[in-house]
Amino acid sequence: MVPAVETTFDRSRRRRRFWNRTLQGAVPYGLIAPIVVVIAVILGYPLYWLVKLSTERYGLFELIRHSGTSIGLDNYRSVLRDSIFWHTLLRTVIFTAANVTLTMVIGTLLALLLVRVSTVVRILLSSGLVLVWSMPVVVAVQIWYWMTNYQNGVVNYALTKLGFGNFFQHDWYATTFSQLSLTTLLIVWGALPFVVITLYAGLAQVPRDLVEAAEVDGARGWRVFLDITLPILRPILLILTSLSIIWDFGVFTQPYLLIGQSKIVPGNYLMSVYLFEEGYFKSDYGRGAAISLLMLLMVAVLSVVYVRKMVRIGDAQ
Amino acid sequence: MNGRKRGRFARQTGWNVLGLAIFVVMVFPVFWMLSTAFKSNEQIISLNPTWFPLHPTIQHFRDAIHRPFFWVDVKNSLIIVSVTVAISIVLAFLAAIALARYRFGGRKLFIVLVIGIQMLPQAGLIIPLYVVLARYHQTNALTGVIVTYMTFVLPFSVWTLRGFLLGIPKELEEAAMVDGSTRVGVFMKILLPLMGPGLVATSVFAFITTWNEYIFARVLLNDQSKQTVTVWLSYFSGSSRHTDWGALMAASSLTAIPVVIFFLLVQRRIAFGLTQGAVRG
Repeated sequence: MVPAVETTFDRSRRRRRFWNRTLQGAVPYGLIAPIVVVIAVILGYPLYWLVKLSTERYGLFELIRHSGTSIGLDNYRSVLRDSIFWHTLLRTVIFTAANVTLTMVIGTLLALLLVRVSTVVRILLSSGLVLVWSMPVVVAVQIWYWMTNYQNGVVNYALTKLGFGNFFQHDWYATTFSQLSLTTLLIVWGALPFVVITLYAGLAQVPRDLVEAAEVDGARGWRVFLDITLPILRPILLILTSLSIIWDFGVFTQPYLLIGQSKIVPGNYLMSVYLFEEGYFKSDYGRGAAISLLMLLMVAVLSVVYVRKMVRIGDAQ
Repeated sequence: MNGRKRGRFARQTGWNVLGLAIFVVMVFPVFWMLSTAFKSNEQIISLNPTWFPLHPTIQHFRDAIHRPFFWVDVKNSLIIVSVTVAISIVLAFLAAIALARYRFGGRKLFIVLVIGIQMLPQAGLIIPLYVVLARYHQTNALTGVIVTYMTFVLPFSVWTLRGFLLGIPKELEEAAMVDGSTRVGVFMKILLPLMGPGLVATSVFAFITTWNEYIFARVLLNDQSKQTVTVWLSYFSGSSRHTDWGALMAASSLTAIPVVIFFLLVQRRIAFGLTQGAVRG
């Protein structure tokens, strides 16, 4: 009699414990469930549509009718046979390489400078950088456009005054090279604050006594940088470089608005602008979807290093 | 006085001068925007520009805010931004707690999702988002834009809030649990108050990114009365041959002001939130 009561008691306790544990285990899933559902709806579903659209003829007519006509891989064939696509890709790669190189080299130099200047200058310079960081991109474009205006732009005036030649009424939007160079300047200017401030935070980790010991041993500034500073900065530099590559490859607002002040033509397309003009502006959504997918795949390849590193950090904690 | 000391002093001065020169170059565009916004028209179009406004005027600001659709579009921006941020922060906070406090199957996959989505270029998403929203008649509607903004605010907020949560010692919660608090009690009494600054910083940064967003708003909102402030500003000079530079710079300043104020307030915290993964890696 007694043992039997104990068994039922035990069993019910065990059952309760089992349920408790299951409930405990369910907590994290309950916490992420809302966001997973939302992301599936607002991003997963459109991404499914992206793949579907890329195999369909889908223009304005289909947009109104709400259904496309399946055409297999014709969109991809059309894009990959389009010489504008390949020229745009090449231009975007060179553009990205130039932007990233300039951003990272100047950014590193400025971070090193920030360590060397006296406190007052450091506070001034870093506040200035934060101010630049906070400028909305559309605002920055408008300022750039005004400064480079051919008639009253301060850039032409200053360059002439400083003796760089006669820039009176020089049109900065006349050639593709000049247009893209202006865009590069705008992007680098906007990207520097984040890079410099992050690298400066990283430089704080360089042990002072290690540098001093090296200097006592007769190491020159350059050697100290290569042997001590650079290895410590390496992980941050790697992350910043991959982020810059991904951002600059997909950049849209700066080139679209700045070059758009004169004229967007196939000759000055960058990848995002190409996609916008060919897919959205010309209402050829099927072909636009094919371009989008190709572009997303390229960015996915570029992101592998960054995502793997971040996931390792996130998983470890 | 030895030469070594003087050499070091000269070098220090050299670095300082260089630092100041770079400060001037970097800040100049912002200065030029403000300076132009307060100048008289004759001074703006003069062939010999002057650095400072001689007779500061607020006429350009008056012109800018009296342009058609300015106030409507400011209102649209505010609605879109606040709804996006409010929904996103709540959802992201829950997910961030799961990431920072629990280990569970599929955790790694979820992290890949959160990081990966942030890498998607926005331009690559405009076509499917536009077509899907058009199917549900949500183009030219603020709800459609809010939904698209959540695609980048959600993952960003999860990751940043997770960083802030990791800064709060787990022991505090465990002690409270031992003292008999429930999970909900621990959340209300310990996590929420301690996370206050992190929640504010993340919200403000989400506010800034959504306020500044351009491409989704440009694609989805065609009706001028439905547009956001950045789209309004982007069309400012496009309409006429002779740009009203003073008004354009005044409008630019007005668009930037809320962002600059907020940014200066939270920059330190958010720089920590953004970089703590990178720097500590």
